[in-house]
Amino acid sequence: MKKPSKKVKKELTIEQKINRRNFISFGAFTVFAAGAFEGWRWLYKSPNETAGITAEAHKPLRKALNKTELFFRRVVFNENHLVKTYPKEMATKRVRYNSDIGIEAKNKFDPAAWKLQVIKKGGEILQVSIDELRALPKTEIVYDFKCVEGWDQIQHWAGVKFSDFIKHYQLDEYTKMEYVGMETPDKGYYVGLDMPSAMHPQTLLAYEVNDKPIPLNHGAPLRLIIPVKYGIKNLKRIGTISFSNTRPRDYWAEQGYDYYSGL
Amino acid sequence: MKTIKEKHSLAMRWCHWVNFPILTIMIWSGMLIYWANDIYSITIFGHTFVRFFPDWFYKTLGIPQRLAEGMAFHFLFMWFFTLNGIFYILYTIISGEWRELVPKKNSFKEAWLVLLHDLHIRKTAPPQNKYNAAQRIAYTSIIIMGIGSVITGLAIYKPVQFYYLTWICGGYHLARIFHFALTLGYVFFFVIHIVQVILAGWKNFSSVISGFEVVNEEPQPAIQTVNDDEEAQ
Repeated sequence: MKKPSKKVKKELTIEQKINRRNFISFGAFTVFAAGAFEGWRWLYKSPNETAGITAEAHKPLRKALNKTELFFRRVVFNENHLVKTYPKEMATKRVRYNSDIGIEAKNKFDPAAWKLQVIKKGGEILQVSIDELRALPKTEIVYDFKCVEGWDQIQHWAGVKFSDFIKHYQLDEYTKMEYVGMETPDKGYYVGLDMPSAMHPQTLLAYEVNDKPIPLNHGAPLRLIIPVKYGIKNLKRIGTISFSNTRPRDYWAEQGYDYYSGL
Repeated sequence: MKTIKEKHSLAMRWCHWVNFPILTIMIWSGMLIYWANDIYSITIFGHTFVRFFPDWFYKTLGIPQRLAEGMAFHFLFMWFFTLNGIFYILYTIISGEWRELVPKKNSFKEAWLVLLHDLHIRKTAPPQNKYNAAQRIAYTSIIIMGIGSVITGLAIYKPVQFYYLTWICGGYHLARIFHFALTLGYVFFFVIHIVQVILAGWKNFSSVISGFEVVNEEPQPAIQTVNDDEEAQ
């Protein structure tokens, strides 16, 4: 049955149609614009995260960084993807020196007395001297070192593969844990690394740069070279190495930077 | 007689207005990042014409010392920028709207005539449908630039995992330069775009919000010869 009332309903005039559509579209536009602006203001003014392993980032942004990390760790990261390497001749002779946090010259340090300390389960400490490390198979790498600031430089490093080091000292069971933590002897600089990145075949415990022992300002006697991370993770002058299932503390992650900082 | 002439689809309007603030945020957060290693300039034969960026510029916009914050914003909004772009491209392909957008064989020649016309050197402009030849080139280029920004961006964001992208870009170092240059391209596009929108007038602008234009249709025109866009100017 047809309802006569529907038939009676007048067709809108062209003016009415125009006005109606303008009202709806401009109205919706204004509402969305206001919503977007409010959303932006909320995000921009959002408080910093509670200081912990990471700090100094807007709370929602830290959450986003961590989620993005998971995406790239789970979906994208492939340990078989190697950092591009270059012929030795292309390596810079003047390796850029950018920071001395944790290795300040004013703090006395004697490389000769240094020993690497690996903190094992139950507080047991494995001590390794630089000569013992030099006796292990040596791996060289010439690659493009990348700083979080934006610069990059082709550098030539040599040392022990982190994975070789683990194997030699029979630390394999520790690689089942999720993270490696490294700190300078004075605890002034420290990094946390996810295990797959630490065990990446190009990660080195380096003791040479351009075929010479690493100078003090580059982290003598032993530093980390981890090409799958930004420079900030390439800790100079390794004092201790530890393993854990929770994120070890990380100097720059405490200052608002991404914890993962992977490349 | 007044009639409603459909002009821009809802999807196109959505993508356009979503992209605008996102791209703004990407450029701003990109500057926060770039500041940490601001080495680019336009230097020809030892003479530096422009240095990116002068100190007054940084200070005015409050850019210095915000690298970490810039990265955090950049790596959040990159998702929205990319998704919005993918959505737009898919929509344009599926709907068939690409036919109005992609340059045709004669577009490159015609664009020159459009330019002369817009600069008031030539009286007439070539006939067109929705977009003129210059617009076709501009609106297609900007999409290619967007793809370029995503590719160069990924090339410097994950140069190890996306090594093939970094390779395509000519290496990490060059990829960062391209990424920056593309951003300059957006700013250039924006300036021209705004000038054109102002010159085209309110009717044209409002159609990007409402989706339609009001046109005065002659009763029973055998062939429509009036160019609506031109009339709007």
